Amino acid sequence: MRRSSFIFFCFFLTFLHIILQACQTEAELNFARYYTNGSQVYAQHCANCHGINGEGLGKLYPPLTDSTFLIKNKNSLACIVKYGLNDTITVNNTIFSSEMPAETRLANMDIAAVITYITNSFGNKQGLYSVENAGTDLKICRQSDEDKQ
Amino acid sequence: MKYLLIAATFFLLLLTACNKTNKRLPILGEREPVEKIVDGKTVIDTIYQTIPSFSFLNQDSTIFTEKNLNGKIYVADFFFTSCTSICPTMHRNMLKVYQEFKDNNDVGIISHTIDFKYDTPSKLKSYSTKLGVVGDQWQFLKGTKDSVYKLAEKNYLVAVAEDSKASDGYIHQGWFILVDKEKRLRGAYDGTKPDQVEKLIGDMKILLEEYEAK
Repeated sequence: MRRSSFIFFCFFLTFLHIILQACQTEAELNFARYYTNGSQVYAQHCANCHGINGEGLGKLYPPLTDSTFLIKNKNSLACIVKYGLNDTITVNNTIFSSEMPAETRLANMDIAAVITYITNSFGNKQGLYSVENAGTDLKICRQSDEDKQ
Repeated sequence: MKYLLIAATFFLLLLTACNKTNKRLPILGEREPVEKIVDGKTVIDTIYQTIPSFSFLNQDSTIFTEKNLNGKIYVADFFFTSCTSICPTMHRNMLKVYQEFKDNNDVGIISHTIDFKYDTPSKLKSYSTKLGVVGDQWQFLKGTKDSVYKLAEKNYLVAVAEDSKASDGYIHQGWFILVDKEKRLRGAYDGTKPDQVEKLIGDMKILLEEYEAK
């Protein structure tokens, strides 16, 4: 009897361990999915100007290595990706004023993926930016667009 | 054993000799043989395809012609400032060429804009400054549509076109064309690929050596 309860206990521990690990990998898997998709979106839509390593190009196109800028503007990133930017910004202490084209055809899922990729590459580490985050953040710029009109 | 050593040395010498003679870039484009009479004898000479004379405005609104490139080897490409497809990658790579041969009077770079409507000299100036280009080694040239497009397709063998379906309004190829001091085509490299641009830099050194040897 004692022996069987010991075996049962062992099984229970293993079971618990598997479940816990599965939970962790679920989140990790989700992140990896965003990150991988994001790297493809990045290569196709962003890398020409911002560089395959996020290095930018001179004073024409800003680098994506300024973590402080990316953290400060976390909630505006989705709007910038989708609707472009026609504003002067300061990144890494350099002023940039070239127009960034809009990518209105990108789906929210792709926008979330590419933001996850950018904010976790090139020395950035912000964690997952989900499709729900993108949905919420995109409402802000749509709202302010309507206010302007 | 002795003979083997001698043979091996000889073979090695032969190999290095081959390497030296191999270091010569081909001459590209069309060619035609012509008969000439030199010292009473008929010899056959070859006329190679060369870049014809041109006259464009540069980023400082001054006239720039093929004469400004006399005595230089140079690299030419075609781009436009509002291009978001391949041009940023091309010029990120061209910057490497620029930095490698900076202040070398035997080397020039010219970038022709194909956006004849929008790219004024002042736009080109702003673009080149932001790119980090100083001095006059790298020229950004604007011309009429006909003159630039004809030069691209007939002389540099680079395809360029207006295309309303393309996201930026133009389509073009990203070749970097290497031209020698006699204005002959000596190489074409995909300006969007870093390894091709490395090869271009190496070939430019080979071409410069060709003139030093003379």
